[in-house]
Amino acid sequence: MITLKINNTQVEVPEGTTILEAAKKIGVEIPTLCHHEDLCVAGNCRVCVVEIKGRPRLEASCATPAENGMEVFTHSAKVRNARNVITQLLLSEHAEECTLCYKNGNCELQNLAEEYYHDDEMFIDLAHEREHRIDKSTALRYDPSKCIRCQRCVRTCAEIQGVNALSAAFKGKDMMITTFMEKTFGEVVCTNCGQCVVHCPTGALTERTYYDEIWEAIEDPDKHVVVNTAPSVRVALGEPFGLEPGTIVTGQMAAALRRLGFDSVLDTDFAADLTIIEEGNEFIQRLKKKFVDGEEVALPMITSCSPGWVKFIEHMYPDLLDHLSTCKSPQQMFGALAKTYYAEKKGIDPAKIVSVSIMPCTAKKFEANRPEMKSSGYQDIDAGLTTRELAKMIKQAGIDLTKLPEEDFDSIMGESSGAGVIFGATGGVMEAALRTVYEIITGREVPFRHLDIQPVRGLDGVKEATIKFENCKSEYSFLEGAEVKVAVAHGLRNARKIMDQIKEGKSPYLFVEIMACPGGCIGGGGQPIPTNDEIRMKRIEAIYREDAGKPIRKSHENPEIKQVYEEFLKKPLGEKSHKLLHTHYTKRNRY
Amino acid sequence: MPDTTKLIENLVEKYGKKRESLLPILKGIIEEERYLSEERMLEVAKALDISGAEVYGTASFYSFIDLKPRGKHIIRVCKTIVCDMKGKNEVIKTIKDCLGIDVGETTTDGMFTLLQTNCIGQCDHAPAMLIDGEVYNELNAEKVRNIIKEYKLNRQN
Repeated sequence: MITLKINNTQVEVPEGTTILEAAKKIGVEIPTLCHHEDLCVAGNCRVCVVEIKGRPRLEASCATPAENGMEVFTHSAKVRNARNVITQLLLSEHAEECTLCYKNGNCELQNLAEEYYHDDEMFIDLAHEREHRIDKSTALRYDPSKCIRCQRCVRTCAEIQGVNALSAAFKGKDMMITTFMEKTFGEVVCTNCGQCVVHCPTGALTERTYYDEIWEAIEDPDKHVVVNTAPSVRVALGEPFGLEPGTIVTGQMAAALRRLGFDSVLDTDFAADLTIIEEGNEFIQRLKKKFVDGEEVALPMITSCSPGWVKFIEHMYPDLLDHLSTCKSPQQMFGALAKTYYAEKKGIDPAKIVSVSIMPCTAKKFEANRPEMKSSGYQDIDAGLTTRELAKMIKQAGIDLTKLPEEDFDSIMGESSGAGVIFGATGGVMEAALRTVYEIITGREVPFRHLDIQPVRGLDGVKEATIKFENCKSEYSFLEGAEVKVAVAHGLRNARKIMDQIKEGKSPYLFVEIMACPGGCIGGGGQPIPTNDEIRMKRIEAIYREDAGKPIRKSHENPEIKQVYEEFLKKPLGEKSHKLLHTHYTKRNRY
Repeated sequence: MPDTTKLIENLVEKYGKKRESLLPILKGIIEEERYLSEERMLEVAKALDISGAEVYGTASFYSFIDLKPRGKHIIRVCKTIVCDMKGKNEVIKTIKDCLGIDVGETTTDGMFTLLQTNCIGQCDHAPAMLIDGEVYNELNAEKVRNIIKEYKLNRQN
């Protein structure tokens, strides 16, 4: 242990602790910009500088380890003066358009400017000299004039996602953060995962918003606007309204959507249950083809719910696309059914339906706009909004989410099981699939206490589990005694580990779940900011609480799922499913 | 001009596929082709299994790695303070007159590109310029005219 003094208060910390962390321990908040607990230390913004007795220069507290006997001053006159100048220098290069900025009110630079308020500009404004080239791709928006070049996005794209779509380029005053040759996000390897957005301290990187169009549709009496909400939105939407991370607001969210004027408030979780039926059967079919018919099939089968992950494999492993389940994501299954099954049952002209999804995700915007996603004869999902965008709409409508009563989803396509809910957490799709697949094969419940498949839960980068099939039903006797190894990865850098094994022909798994974002969808690029591991864990715990509290825990027991097969789809992997619920993928260039 | 795929293959073979080979490989391409095109950057990215953005980020950092097509001979006149005081402007004016191009431009025959550079360490012999790898210092209008003439003559031979 190391003992040091911070602002004359003694503090004891383990070796290797930075001054920044040590200060936090005694309640001293040192401001930061380039620092993020998810990422490696950069030390480039200098906002966190502190005075250390006996050292001539101020040091960045995020990058300086605490030492025995050190005497640190975090807010002395010298430090405050330096921090003030540093802040003003950063602001001189930042387009100060706070009232025109999407991140107004949730900006780390703005907070700092508030703390170190100056009634006059200390330095010449250089922001207007910087290029005002705004990238408006389908999913993401990049405004370099608001970038403070802290490189949190660059580190996120490299360290968490292993994509490296962003890099620092040029030098000195011309240094900027950019894609290859300053192309738009739509033209490069970017997966649209939005992790750069979640990690950006300013308004330089944001999602492309679509709520103005949705307001218009809601106010158009000729349009029937249906909305579906992803599992992880209900455990995070409370955060922008001041609730603790991990607060479940499912009922209040449904109530808010109804008050916003959506004609029908439905649930993506219904489509998640449907995904499990289709994907579970696809998995069993692949096993049968391989072990009974001796056909060449790609195994392991990999989940296809995460559009960031799908775009990643299209770019990085285009030769392994056969491994992806052909199932569409829940969002797109929902969309395809909204303008066919739902329209038919409700007697509404599908041309008048506007189908909106609320997602924890920015890649869902890209997915909704994929040219192949028109199997209903219309664009299946008209717009994908993030959790943040929904929070903004609720605020624009003058609704206090925390004061709303809990309401239910509408029917049809509003009912879901606990299995549908856990799609929001890493490992959830695997767990949901195993609950159903095991029962199809053996006729018994999956052998885990309370159906909780603990080995696939939690924040480990790659998780493994083995399921042994015993006493199988006669038609699945070929699986008798089989030990099926499965794996779960989240964050695309972890996905690479699994994919490289497959590429080398050394993968021991038969079924793999991959989610693009750390923690799964609850840590998605469209979720409230900030996000860190502590917040991710709280959202994950909330997801499992919601699952445990559901009367139905298995997708195949959802009555609305039984109904849709009886009345419309007829059978899993059937003709209608094939047309509406399954898709194909596109080989993309990595470079 | 050699086969370009071959060029990159040879450079990768010479310097290896590690991340730190990137700069020598880029330098090798510049020596052959005078500039680094989008296609070359992507080929290098592929060969080293890194992203295009990383290659672009590195390449754009260095002034001597040009991303725009350049002439056969690149003239870089030092623009830093000592050369500026000792008559850089006259040097540039003379070159402009001789070649009929402005700073940043290339002659229509593709022979010369005129650029400025930061300090090249010739302050005690200012004003100075580089043509390709060659240093020319203590310049004046007449000296510049002779140097350019020599380069033009070499072309005819």
